[in-house]
Amino acid sequence: MTQPRIMILRAPGTNCDVETAHAFQLAGGLPEVFHLNRLLESPELATEYQILCLPGGFSYGDDVAAGRIYGNQIRHHLADAMREFREEGKLILGICNGFQVLIKSGLLDTDDSQGPAASLTWNDSGKFIDRWVSLQTSGDHCVFLQGISSLVLPIAHAEGKFVVRDDEWLNRFEENGQLVLRYADTGEMPSPYNPNGAAADVAGMCDSTGRVFGLMPHPERFVDFTQHPQWTRLSERGEGQGLAMFRNAVRYFS
Amino acid sequence: MLWEIDIHPLPGLQDHEARRVAGVAAEMGIGHNLSIHSARGFLLESDSLDAAQVSRLASELFADGTVERPVVAKVGDINLVAPPQDNGATLLQVLLKPGVMDPVAQSAEAAVRDFGFSVTALRTLRKYWIAGAEQEQLSEISNRILANDAIEQTAIGPLPFDRLQLGSEYQFLLQNVALKDLDEAGLMRLSREGQLYLQLAEMQTIQKYFAELGREPTDIELETLAQTWSEHCSHKTLAGRIAYRDEKGERQFNNMLKETIFAATTELRERWGNNDWCVSVFRDNAGIVRFTDEFNICFKVETHNHPSALEPYGGANTGIGGVIRDTIGTGMGAKPICNTDVFCFAPPDTPSNELPPGVLNPRQVMRGVVSGVRDYGNRMGIPTINGAVYFDPRYLGNPLVYCGNVGLIPVDKSFKQVQPNDLIVSVGGRTGRDGIHGATFSSAELTHESESLSGGAVQIGNAVEEKKVLDVLLAIRDRGLYTAITDCGAGGFSSAVGEMGEEIGAEVWLDRAPVKYAGLSYTEIWISEAQERMVLSVPPQSWDEFHALCEAEGVEATVIGKFAPTGRLLLKYGEHVVGDLEMDLLHKGRPPVIRSANFSPQAVQDIELPKLGNNLTNDLYRILGSYNVASKEWIIRQYDHEVQGGSVVKPLVGTQLDGPGDAAIVRPVLSSRRGVVISCGMNPRYGDLDTYHMATSAIDEAMRNCVAVGADPSRIALLDNFCWGDCEKSETLGSLVRAALACHDLSLVLETPFISGKDSLNNEFSYFDESGNKQTIAIPPSLLISAMGQIADVSLAVTMDLKHTDSLLYLVGTTKDELGGSHFALIHDLKGGQVPQVDPIMAKQTFAALHQAISQGVVRSCHDLSEGGLAVAAAEICFAGDIGAEIVLDKIPTHETLSPVKLLFSESNTRFLCEVRPDQSAAFEAALSNVPHACIGRTQAEQRLEIVDQPSGTSWINTELSALKAAWKEPLAW
Repeated sequence: MTQPRIMILRAPGTNCDVETAHAFQLAGGLPEVFHLNRLLESPELATEYQILCLPGGFSYGDDVAAGRIYGNQIRHHLADAMREFREEGKLILGICNGFQVLIKSGLLDTDDSQGPAASLTWNDSGKFIDRWVSLQTSGDHCVFLQGISSLVLPIAHAEGKFVVRDDEWLNRFEENGQLVLRYADTGEMPSPYNPNGAAADVAGMCDSTGRVFGLMPHPERFVDFTQHPQWTRLSERGEGQGLAMFRNAVRYFS
Repeated sequence: MLWEIDIHPLPGLQDHEARRVAGVAAEMGIGHNLSIHSARGFLLESDSLDAAQVSRLASELFADGTVERPVVAKVGDINLVAPPQDNGATLLQVLLKPGVMDPVAQSAEAAVRDFGFSVTALRTLRKYWIAGAEQEQLSEISNRILANDAIEQTAIGPLPFDRLQLGSEYQFLLQNVALKDLDEAGLMRLSREGQLYLQLAEMQTIQKYFAELGREPTDIELETLAQTWSEHCSHKTLAGRIAYRDEKGERQFNNMLKETIFAATTELRERWGNNDWCVSVFRDNAGIVRFTDEFNICFKVETHNHPSALEPYGGANTGIGGVIRDTIGTGMGAKPICNTDVFCFAPPDTPSNELPPGVLNPRQVMRGVVSGVRDYGNRMGIPTINGAVYFDPRYLGNPLVYCGNVGLIPVDKSFKQVQPNDLIVSVGGRTGRDGIHGATFSSAELTHESESLSGGAVQIGNAVEEKKVLDVLLAIRDRGLYTAITDCGAGGFSSAVGEMGEEIGAEVWLDRAPVKYAGLSYTEIWISEAQERMVLSVPPQSWDEFHALCEAEGVEATVIGKFAPTGRLLLKYGEHVVGDLEMDLLHKGRPPVIRSANFSPQAVQDIELPKLGNNLTNDLYRILGSYNVASKEWIIRQYDHEVQGGSVVKPLVGTQLDGPGDAAIVRPVLSSRRGVVISCGMNPRYGDLDTYHMATSAIDEAMRNCVAVGADPSRIALLDNFCWGDCEKSETLGSLVRAALACHDLSLVLETPFISGKDSLNNEFSYFDESGNKQTIAIPPSLLISAMGQIADVSLAVTMDLKHTDSLLYLVGTTKDELGGSHFALIHDLKGGQVPQVDPIMAKQTFAALHQAISQGVVRSCHDLSEGGLAVAAAEICFAGDIGAEIVLDKIPTHETLSPVKLLFSESNTRFLCEVRPDQSAAFEAALSNVPHACIGRTQAEQRLEIVDQPSGTSWINTELSALKAAWKEPLAW
């Protein structure tokens, strides 16, 4: 099996790069943490890698809006490199702040002439929230979610509420099979099941190819059973449910 | 040209900021039917930007078209002030005062340049259109909700300017201070009015020193001495000479801390010999102990009380930022792995009209402090995993904010050593006028004028700047490109360079330090406490590589001098020498502070119990609903407690993830099963009776919390943080020395070393009441004990929530007649009673025995008994696990016959409530064989807690778990 190389892109304020690299490693990949400035200097570096990952954190402090400044840098300087990367059939994953960056950089096929038709904005509570949620997947469109039907993961964000310009666009994303991950009322985790008030309970979405995926929950925070908030009540041992997403990404190249 | 871009929420969508302000206004009784609309504004000063470019910035950078609507115009345009709805609303505009850190503006400015546009200055503002408010209400809202005068200014109506202030050039002028002819009164006036806050003997020493030199000091020399000799930097009171007297007689200390707390650690390390697991204690920015063969761990807890009293958000924000820099500046640099935050506030329901002048509403203080810690800790990517909040009316003028940070450091990077002729390098944020006099200010008592007097001591942090510094410095550390590092905290360059150069000497080129804006004097540069700066000593041959690595990650690194082997501190601005002092004067020249301390123990008064029926369920509700005990979920959920991916035991546990965990556990090395356990203990109420027992109880509580989740009691390190009143009063200082003696005594018996500590004295607030009399509020003696434990295999950890029905419930430890300072006494307002004491030898045995049982896997859940005693602990384990219990009082281990009230609510130390499966009870009892324990009940499927005594069969507590949980959650469910 060929081990894919994963570029984990770190910007000022990124802070989940180490545990995300650890997760890819457990999944059998070859992660390397990279500073964004190096890619901005020489975008061609990306061609050496099969998977690009934008980890969680507060890129540029979430100043102005979460993911906005980083997203603009991609639009201004890395648009071509990203297009090529995607067209070569490679994978892009954005977790939490990474999802905020992806959606604001237009890499999730959400733009039209008027600009982006979908975004991530302030939680209904107006506050940062750290809590665990139950999730369900839909369709087999997204590479990262193959064979996963439901799972539990933690969220930790202030601007994670998925919003869409209008219902027409919501339906279009739905028909394209882009709304692949949703908060679900399974009773597995305490209510509220959709803590940020996301439209259509959307927790994660992919682009039209299913190879670019962004999600608010943190799969890298559940790769070991001791990370589950109730593990002392449960008999399950071994790996956590989040690891499957990283395995899917690595297996895609084997 | 000054452009403004306003960002409004789209019609019909949530206006979070308006909702927040309206909520607070209603809560404070200022106005209930206000109609508020808010907007975020950005001011861009540029000679080249045209309308099309500004509109493009508005839609592509500043506004999110799916939820927001931009308004773009030049400042002065009517569209910028017109109310969004036609309701005659008044416009209030809030801006940060010039020079106050504005991280959003910094990021936005860079983001604008990324479009290829040029902008000379950028500032943010907040706008509020308020309708339905009288003039008086508006000014109340403006002064008490929207803007804090320490850092912000408000404009009613249009902005009063059309250009942004950029600061003007500084004209060098050497300032000498006339000291020679000052008499005692003159010296003290200079000390006070110059905000030096030095004592007479110190001023006289300085006067004499310069008289002998035959010259007057320059302002920067005087400031340097004031910083270095300040209470904050030199801890001269507790490390000074103290004549102490208590019931045992008199004792003379030459260095009180050294002869009590440090001495105990030293004795333990000698006792351990080759098995000594302490690495570096009481010397570096944090205490360091062994963790694995590869890594050590370090721990430091700081306080940031005075700034938090004036500006809660900024004070807490820079408090956590500062203690994180302590970790980064420990050894050759440690990686921060978790935060702990403990706060003390006045009760949040204190009526606004009862607040003394200059005091902020406690509810606002609490909100601001929590937000400040949240925004810095979360942005740094450091999980905040532990904390506590204590409420007492005496914290009204002096809220306490303890911020702690734990670091992971490679074994071979645990020590530093500046080398002669190394370069002095400043890394990180630029120097501004912020935080001038923070160090000396914290030596002064707060007054109703403090805000105007020392507004400069209040700052806002920029977490992402510090994260950038952290990321690049850890990489540089591993390349061995520097010889020493420390943080720029109180005293700024003055104390950082002064400390690093103590043994060698230093020459500083102040004009080279990068500044945020023009106009700073050489003295301001030297003593500024601007945040996010580290000082390193870099060998000249390593500088180029060092600088290149910083540049690659957009971190500013500048040479500001060298550690010249002269034994002097030479300060230069350009070619001018502005200061020239002997290092020995700074570090050894301070005249010893001599204080007297008295403690006279009060005889124990019998506690008079009120008339009680034969059902105490309502008392249990009231204790669960008291602020100290009540759920802190509102705070905890705002903190990221899982970032870095090592979370094992989270602050909230149980079936609904809302049960109060005893301690938190993280795995700092993701490939290892070894865990770090963090907990704390504190109880100011006990200090009102006897600070000795307050201290031993706090240590016992911190240890209990640690051991309850599985920490090895023989590997727990402690920190002390003393927050006290004015220690020039001998009774106040006496109560502190008494607590320090207790730390010494218990540390030796438990074999638990103190590895670091910090004190914050002078926590008193004075004001003049209506009748013009001076009133002073002193905080209660507030000793925080923080514990850092270790667990060899985290998969053996235990949480407090009940796991099964039909389990046995064991009470470990002896219950005594100790209601003094208890929460039962609090809710009934009872005076006197015996304060809980610690039996040190029994405590050590109990911790060891319980740890053995937990390590054998025969304990399914474990919870320590603290505020509210057995009744509260039983209620918490039940509602956290959604499992009921029946408990029989008669079986509780005691030395004497105790009434049900005492059995239920006494707060005796070293007690645990453990859940054990019937088939494991033999193993559990064997492990506990040499310490008091008894099976006192069973768990049950029925969702009730019933506590009875036989033979009478009286049911003292009998209620549904849902009712108990509701009582516990309601008070702070904000």
